Amino acid sequence: MSTIEIQHEAGYTGYVSEEHHHDYAGDTLLGFWIYIMSDCILFATLFATYAVLSGSFAGGLTPADLFDLNFVAVETGLLLFSSFTFGMAMLGAQQKNMTQLLLWLGITFALGGGFLSMELYEFYHFSHEGAGPTSSAYWSAFYALVGTHGLHVFAGMFWMVILVIHILKDGITAENHTRLSCLSLFWHFLDIIWICVFSMVYLMGVM
Amino acid sequence: MANSATIVTNPDPIWGKLTLDSIPFHDPIILTTALVVIMVGGGVFGAIMYYGKLRYLWDEWLTSVDHKKIGIMYIIAAFIMLIRGFSDALLMRSQQALAVSESSGVGYLPPEHYDQIFTAHGVIMIFFVAMPLIVGLMNLVVPLQIGARDVAFPFLNSLSFWLFVVGAMLVNASLVVGEFAATGWLAYPPLSGLEYSPWVGVDYWLWALQISGVGTLLSGVNFFVTIIRMRAPGMSLMKMPVFTWTSLCANVLIILAFPILTVTITLLTLDRYIGTNFFTNELGGNQMMYVNLIWAWGHPEVYILILPAFGIFSEVTATFSRKRLFGYTSLVWATACIMFLSFIVWLHHFFTMGAGASVNAFFGIATMVISIPTGVKIFNWLFTMYKGRVTFDSPMWWTCAFLITFTIGGMTGVMLAIPAANFVLHNSLFLVAHFHNVIIGGALFGYFAGLTYWFPKATGFKLNETLGKWSAALWTIGFFLAFMPLYVLGFMGMTRRLNYYDNPVWNHWLLVAGVGALVILVAICVQFYQIFASIRDRKQNLDVTGDPWGGRTLEWATSSPPPFYNFARTPQVVDRDQFQYMKDHDLAFKQPADYSRIHMPKNTWAGIVIAVLSGIMGFAMVWHVWWLAIVSTLAMFGSFIVYTFQKNKDYYVEVDEVKAIENAYYARLKQTSKSDTQGEETETEPGVPLSMPA
Repeated sequence: MSTIEIQHEAGYTGYVSEEHHHDYAGDTLLGFWIYIMSDCILFATLFATYAVLSGSFAGGLTPADLFDLNFVAVETGLLLFSSFTFGMAMLGAQQKNMTQLLLWLGITFALGGGFLSMELYEFYHFSHEGAGPTSSAYWSAFYALVGTHGLHVFAGMFWMVILVIHILKDGITAENHTRLSCLSLFWHFLDIIWICVFSMVYLMGVM
Repeated sequence: MANSATIVTNPDPIWGKLTLDSIPFHDPIILTTALVVIMVGGGVFGAIMYYGKLRYLWDEWLTSVDHKKIGIMYIIAAFIMLIRGFSDALLMRSQQALAVSESSGVGYLPPEHYDQIFTAHGVIMIFFVAMPLIVGLMNLVVPLQIGARDVAFPFLNSLSFWLFVVGAMLVNASLVVGEFAATGWLAYPPLSGLEYSPWVGVDYWLWALQISGVGTLLSGVNFFVTIIRMRAPGMSLMKMPVFTWTSLCANVLIILAFPILTVTITLLTLDRYIGTNFFTNELGGNQMMYVNLIWAWGHPEVYILILPAFGIFSEVTATFSRKRLFGYTSLVWATACIMFLSFIVWLHHFFTMGAGASVNAFFGIATMVISIPTGVKIFNWLFTMYKGRVTFDSPMWWTCAFLITFTIGGMTGVMLAIPAANFVLHNSLFLVAHFHNVIIGGALFGYFAGLTYWFPKATGFKLNETLGKWSAALWTIGFFLAFMPLYVLGFMGMTRRLNYYDNPVWNHWLLVAGVGALVILVAICVQFYQIFASIRDRKQNLDVTGDPWGGRTLEWATSSPPPFYNFARTPQVVDRDQFQYMKDHDLAFKQPADYSRIHMPKNTWAGIVIAVLSGIMGFAMVWHVWWLAIVSTLAMFGSFIVYTFQKNKDYYVEVDEVKAIENAYYARLKQTSKSDTQGEETETEPGVPLSMPA
């Protein structure tokens, strides 16, 4: 470096001339988005595990023996539709329409609950038929992958309840709107994961 | 120990697997250690209570969300764990120096104890020394370097720290209650499965890593968002200081790699707790999948440790060569390349598994390719020093020691990357020597350079330079004495993790290695004495200006220690070496005309409370105390929900308070520069011993 170029304008002090307001909601949304990406890796690892163990039945039951695609189709329909209803809830939140928000959130919750009940019934049914989490490496991987997704759905529903209490207490404030946006990201993300579960586990399982 | 304690297979409903027998009263080494730890801990707690400092600790430190205080706490915790991890190292070195043959005895450590020691050593040094050192330095420095007032999510930062502490405490608890894993630091199944490790050692490993791993993941997200969104205006990505760049890359690695660890540990947990068959010997379990998964996390992990160290060396070299870093752009791209490549080399940890020649060739070549961007960096540092006005302050001692040591470690790494050679060297002491060569000579020397460099920023006074140079020299000599013999022993066929051997030829080399470990012991003692002496003599080493070394980046543009809000006015960045630019244009050390009020987060109880509850949950899970696990899990989520309902999580620092703090700083500054100019004509600007070469 032989010379130091002057890059600043006249009146420059090294500090901003006026302090700006920081967009904290933007931090939260980006942070949550990044968290979802890391959750994506978590599921990717579970999918990889499932793929590696997909033939390890140890002479026991195979998915083709047990999977009922019609049943899973209804389950899938419930969850996909719940993404639409959450979208409607977000529209309500945007218009500051409390009734619309709570009504659609309620429907979303019910759909999530329906999905989860069907999944639990399926788990119970499979275990009863002799395909529990300990039956073979394949079934361990199946329950880990599908169960982790189910656990996420449960967490989303739990979060929904807490968030509704927040909203009833304080209204649709900026903070609660950010929280709703995060939950909405989370819920749609679970839909995308389920589409992968449906294709890789259920469709490929019976084909 | 597992062989003498009763292994409870059907847990009691109240106490789980815990019995009085779980406490190793019969082992004098453990019992003495435990007593000393309990006495020191009790003494510290007693002193806190006696001086009535509990309230102060709670208000100012334990609940703090200030990134600087959290950073300091990380580093203190890391040093405490270093004592434990290094004691393990001394035990191993002395055991191997003694246990040469039946005639001269089998050493003093029984195999199952020795196995726990090498496991604990690895786990502690990586997870509870190296990780907190680097996360601590990031906490301390990154927000200051980018001109921010805190991290993006201060509460999560506090939570991350306490989750890490809880993980470390679980490892320490295993010393006194029960046992630790005897499986090696990555706990490969089937050895770590229920069949071969029936008691609680592996469970301690699982929960300690799971809890602290979640904390690390949160840190990764936190710092990523902080660096992306909170940089001062004008600081484009290519104007970021290099340490911030390497931290950004390390945090991307954390975000992408740690979920893999979470899943892998969870699957092993399921195998051990509910009897699934992911990694078991029967019903289709696949142990090779575990090894693949754990290294898919483990290899990026070593780059999480080393990349920020590279950043530290870059800052140090530029500062002490009094010139801009040579090849900033190439260094940033080299870092990004390493970040990407670190994900496609994991299989080189197990070439011998039998993946086949083509797979091994791919991973061997990919591994060797990493040495190219790493080599680029070595040249960056060398050419930064070239024609610079290099001053050899103690951070430069660490840097020079690193350049030589790390290059040797890199070369042996390329040797190990050759699959054919790896079949001979795999699991030998050559490997042990290699990774200590890069982790000590690369990462750890970097952290020590960074600690010395930023210590005055954190505390307001410099560390004793003479003692710092002694410890750098002793560490380097000790390192070479301790690990070069291990390379030789690797060639002689000695495998790792032996607690007994019958080849007397090896003994000479192991004695040398033992001496090396003792030299490192002296180096560590010098470091502790250095900290003590520097605190004692702090009046002589005060850093009044905030810029003790003639630094180039923004962290030096504020006082030492910085006010809790870091910068009274947000910097407007125009140059990569922003603070140097300000000094060159006579803008530095000038008090702004006015201030505005500053938005800051409030301290919170939530981080420490949630983390402690998670620790109770972990302990209850280890011992199968189901009721306690359920209660503490509910309490954990409950307290988080209570926290979300809390109002007033932040506040404004009013202009008057800012003004008072800033006026005091500038008054001190004026006083020093006056006394400086009286004494010495050459020093025109405080804290800038040498002006920029024109």
